[in-house]
Amino acid sequence: MRRRLATALLGAAVATILVAGPTLACGGLIGPNGAVNLLRTTTFAGYSQGLEHYVTAFQFQGGGGAFGSITPLPGVPSSVEKGGDWTLQRLILETDPPRNDVRLDFLFGAAAAPGAAEELMKVRIDALDVTVLKGGAMEVGQWASDHGFRLPPDAPEVLEFYAERSPIFLAAVFDADAAAARGQAIGDGTPVHITIPTPNPWVPIRILSLGKTGGEVVEADVYLLTDRAPALLPAPGPSNGMRLDHSDPASEALLNDLRSDTGMSWVPESGWLTKIAIDANAPQLSFDLAIDASGANQPSYVQAGLERPGEPFVDNRAAQQLLTWGAMLAVGVLLAGWVLRSAAGTAGGPRLRPQG
Amino acid sequence: MAVVVDRPRRRLAAAAAALAVLVVAGGTTFALATADDDLPTLTSVEITIRHSRFVPDRIAVPVGVPVTITLVNTDPIDHEWIVGDEAVHAVHRVGTEPLHPSRPTEVVVPAGESRTTVVTFEAGGKLRFICHLPAHEAYGMVGEVVIR
Repeated sequence: MRRRLATALLGAAVATILVAGPTLACGGLIGPNGAVNLLRTTTFAGYSQGLEHYVTAFQFQGGGGAFGSITPLPGVPSSVEKGGDWTLQRLILETDPPRNDVRLDFLFGAAAAPGAAEELMKVRIDALDVTVLKGGAMEVGQWASDHGFRLPPDAPEVLEFYAERSPIFLAAVFDADAAAARGQAIGDGTPVHITIPTPNPWVPIRILSLGKTGGEVVEADVYLLTDRAPALLPAPGPSNGMRLDHSDPASEALLNDLRSDTGMSWVPESGWLTKIAIDANAPQLSFDLAIDASGANQPSYVQAGLERPGEPFVDNRAAQQLLTWGAMLAVGVLLAGWVLRSAAGTAGGPRLRPQG
Repeated sequence: MAVVVDRPRRRLAAAAAALAVLVVAGGTTFALATADDDLPTLTSVEITIRHSRFVPDRIAVPVGVPVTITLVNTDPIDHEWIVGDEAVHAVHRVGTEPLHPSRPTEVVVPAGESRTTVVTFEAGGKLRFICHLPAHEAYGMVGEVVIR
């Protein structure tokens, strides 16, 4: 199995190099001149025994300088470490068997320059400087600015959107010069594995649209591994640009393969694999993906970003529909009355009204 | 004594039209354009920048009188406020000058800070104020000064 897997992954790696481009998981990529356009991205959120395991990767694109990314997190990580060597690739093979024309650009180009706010954790992973930050939108934005990176104009609103719910962010700075010095080739990825204690997993989605304008498309794949079939909010559908591509018990072969990767011993003996494909216009992504993996079927409106903390969710669409139907009913009643009056008027001739 | 014929059809059409407006209003949010006359003419104005928007984005000022404009940037990113005619804006759209410290009509407002400038508008008309940092104008950081 190992040999077959290695062969398949080698093929995938070759495909990746051929289509290499800057890609990033669920983070907003920022560079010295604003956000960087991303190709299709892939991320993995596994949840077991109260821990969310978030695996993403940063890809060396060549050249010099630095790029950075900011990823909102649902809580303070207990660890940030180098991720497994093939976890993301193996997940893609599970749901999208390789074809000649397949694009396997699953690794993420990235990196920003760090700044201010409370730095809870700093980790160096290869040529990647990862910092866990605690702070509001202003502090995190200032931190990024202090490190020489210009946030796009939508950043203030997006950072505030996240900071209201969880003031924890992961900033990653990819030092391309250091990568080159280390001998990293273009297309080499640096996987990062973040472990976050949390009652329920949560995947930031809105951050993917950071720096993108209305006409730009966001493409991403999100893999979830949970103990049982998860309840998702919002439910994937055409209106929100998400599509449920896979929802089945995880195969034993997949779980064994994942478990054999570096740092992936936490993978349980059984689980449910979900793949959500995102093909959306940037403005569609005004939410995050809340997940209830407990079986209670109650994903959080707050975690989905549909409700602010302490503020009940109000669906204005329902009220508008009610008003519309009420108005249409009134028109119907009026028309019916007019028909009846006309019938009576026809029987009696024109009505005359004295005047003067 | 005069006699007029009642016109139920016309009355019905008017009622239906009114209800149609209600239907549209029920399904859509709309706003009426603000006439220039509704804007107070001020010699001291505070413009807040929040979520990369100017608030308010329309102001009215008098001709030939110094106007104090206070810019309050509540965002975690830098912004700028540049007022002028279209020729001015055309230059800034392709410019590379990072700072405008000495010009009352071109103010950089760092993240989380405030700046005050005094501008005398010499002629009546309308000018736009825009943030020309990359992508900010396209995002909507545009406003208008009515000078009268």
